[in-house]
Amino acid sequence: MMLFWVALISIVVMLGAAFAALFLENYLAATAALSVVSLALAVLFVILQAPDVALAEAAVGAGVSSVILALTLRRVGLWQIETNNRRSDK
Amino acid sequence: MNLREASSLIFIVGLGILLTAVIKIVAFDNTITGGVGATILNQAPSDLGTANIVTSVLLGYRGLDTLGELTVLFVAATAIGLVLGQRRVDAALEPDAGFILRIAADLLFPFLIMLGAYIILHGHLTPGGGFQGGAILAAAFFIPILASPATPLNHRVSSSVEGLAGAAFIIIGLLALFDKGYFLAPLLGKGEMGQLFSAGSLPLLYIAVGLKVGAELAGLLARLQETEASD
Repeated sequence: MMLFWVALISIVVMLGAAFAALFLENYLAATAALSVVSLALAVLFVILQAPDVALAEAAVGAGVSSVILALTLRRVGLWQIETNNRRSDK
Repeated sequence: MNLREASSLIFIVGLGILLTAVIKIVAFDNTITGGVGATILNQAPSDLGTANIVTSVLLGYRGLDTLGELTVLFVAATAIGLVLGQRRVDAALEPDAGFILRIAADLLFPFLIMLGAYIILHGHLTPGGGFQGGAILAAAFFIPILASPATPLNHRVSSSVEGLAGAAFIIIGLLALFDKGYFLAPLLGKGEMGQLFSAGSLPLLYIAVGLKVGAELAGLLARLQETEASD
């Protein structure tokens, strides 16, 4: 029963972070939200007794792919901390 | 809401339904019995001597698929490096980060190396393996670069490690082809299950995978980091 609640919480976190990634104006924040999706998914994989996949999801999904996305944002000039005053820091 | 957002919304709703179905179907305290899984669970320990069944599938029964996976990763990393990793010659390197970040990176580095090496070396015993450990190794080498961009990664070293590790994987496979008649057939003795030196050539294959993935991802991340920010 305990596991059910952990699974439920991780699914709610996943859905919330996925919606956040979809509707956030700031690309950097959306990338961070995607990372949260992967992290919650890793928890779900552990509960589903797939520790191998969970480790891969945490290392690659939450770690490396988010860093690649963030570095790409920096390269193409979409890296911004503030949402409203765009490009003001450049 | 435009078409792109609508399609993403549909995808998210579908994912939610799928996960709910998974939660409904898979009772957490039940073990699934029957099918291919049960056969592999019964046969793998005696066939290959791995305590981690996933490794026996990835490297023992489906070694060629793993080689294909390495190839896919290599092509993807090459493509990203080609498209985004080109650096303007006159662009200046970014300045070093502050004291706290540099010291924290130095502190994290040995622990991440140890964790990555542990996960790779124990790939046939505990969850994890070459891919996961390789990603952690890449993170270990990338964090110091983030903290002090003025001392970049030596790309010559990283690409040689990557090439040698990839070649080692294929050479082990070819040795098995000559010895046993099958490409990537398990070599050497099975040993005692649960020991570090067991499961024949599978740990060697995983070391090759880990070094290749680690060097590849570290090189890719460093290349992306070295490019100048768009202005």
